[in-house]
Amino acid sequence: MIYLDNAATSWPKPDEVLKAMSDVLERAGGNPGRSGHRLSIAAARVVYDARETISSFFNLNDPKRVIFTSNGTHALNIVLQGLLKSGDRVVTSSMEHNAVMRPLRSLEKRGLRLNIVQCRPDGDISLDSLAKMLDSETRLVVMVHANNVTGTILPIAEIARIVHRANSLLLVDAAQTGGELPIDMKALGADFLAFTGHKGLLGPPGIGGLLISPGFETSELQPLMQGGTGSRSEYEEQPEFLPDKFESGTVNLVGIAGLLAGIRWIEEKNISEIYAHEKKLTRTIMEGLSTIRGIKVYGTLDPDRSAAIVSFTAEGRTVSDIGLMMDEEYGILTRVGLHCAPSAHRTIGSFPEGTVRLAPGVFTTIDDICTTLKAIKTIVHS
Amino acid sequence: MTEYGVVLFHTTSSVMQAEKVLKKAGFSTKLIPTPRQFSSDCGISLRFVWTDYANVKSTLDAAKVEIQAIHQL
Repeated sequence: MIYLDNAATSWPKPDEVLKAMSDVLERAGGNPGRSGHRLSIAAARVVYDARETISSFFNLNDPKRVIFTSNGTHALNIVLQGLLKSGDRVVTSSMEHNAVMRPLRSLEKRGLRLNIVQCRPDGDISLDSLAKMLDSETRLVVMVHANNVTGTILPIAEIARIVHRANSLLLVDAAQTGGELPIDMKALGADFLAFTGHKGLLGPPGIGGLLISPGFETSELQPLMQGGTGSRSEYEEQPEFLPDKFESGTVNLVGIAGLLAGIRWIEEKNISEIYAHEKKLTRTIMEGLSTIRGIKVYGTLDPDRSAAIVSFTAEGRTVSDIGLMMDEEYGILTRVGLHCAPSAHRTIGSFPEGTVRLAPGVFTTIDDICTTLKAIKTIVHS
Repeated sequence: MTEYGVVLFHTTSSVMQAEKVLKKAGFSTKLIPTPRQFSSDCGISLRFVWTDYANVKSTLDAAKVEIQAIHQL
């Protein structure tokens, strides 16, 4: 079997991740931060270790500004639902996932003014178009770091400079880039960064996080959920301090332990080397597909400007046919269709049919890619 | 008999940070449920040997650990 659906969720996971998840329940199975006994404290230590590791991995420099969520969508919603008020202006790109589009469209019905920068068919953005859209009433700009259809990486550091010149805030959706390319929150200049744990960071599903820049005054952000935090138990009001304000209810200890093990594994392997490996795979896919007659490849076709994601369509074959044949006849697992990103597919010209998406991961080999390219050629020409 | 002090915090994250910082600096500490006689934001507190008070306080300050209060037990 060849697994090329790492943009949906990474598989397999390092053995260390599986072991850490089982170990934490056995060794530290108390409720972190609730009771004061040894199992509760052991659990709290795991959670804090993860906070510290994530803070340094993304160069955030404040573990208390790492907010654990159930996934990237949850992290994005904390900012979208908690910051924006009726009448505010928001600017986003046409390459966003529905994790951004759906909450924004819903807020738009309640009075939010939404403007969408039309990206180019290769998924990249014109910085001039973005700059022209920003004004003093723009409260927030939401940008995907690399979209999940073509993998095109947006120039976030330059975008942040434009956004901050307009006195606005920047929320970055790093679902496809966390753990895949080196991310430095300070260098990027993002005010908020949403990540998920189960893709490039090699953790399990059900864990993600929101990073809040030290420069942002969190009294301006309302929590999405309120409830027990293990702190200020004598009060019936939500605490203002971090991370408790945004972390009501028992956190996903097992997920956090798995995510911590995933990040430690990445740190040990060195993320730059992982990025270089995946870039080589992406280049091989892009070059290989381009030589197959009847195939159209989407995106920049430049692995230096792309995450490890390549989308294609083929003349005379529906994407679902290709996906099914790859799975059933060759054991190659891909994701076909619209990838929860209708706006992105409209932008690149593949709506409503969608594309076949190939997303290699850290465990994919060049041999896997060569086998895949041969299979695609046979399927398309049969 | 050893006399102890206790550091109270707003959030468990600060307790964990304090424990790491003090352990690294060689202090003898123990995390305990916050004694009921002290009102605290957080259910867990950090117990230390009272004679270390000045050094514990300056070590936490230097590491910018946010604390709520320090009491003698």
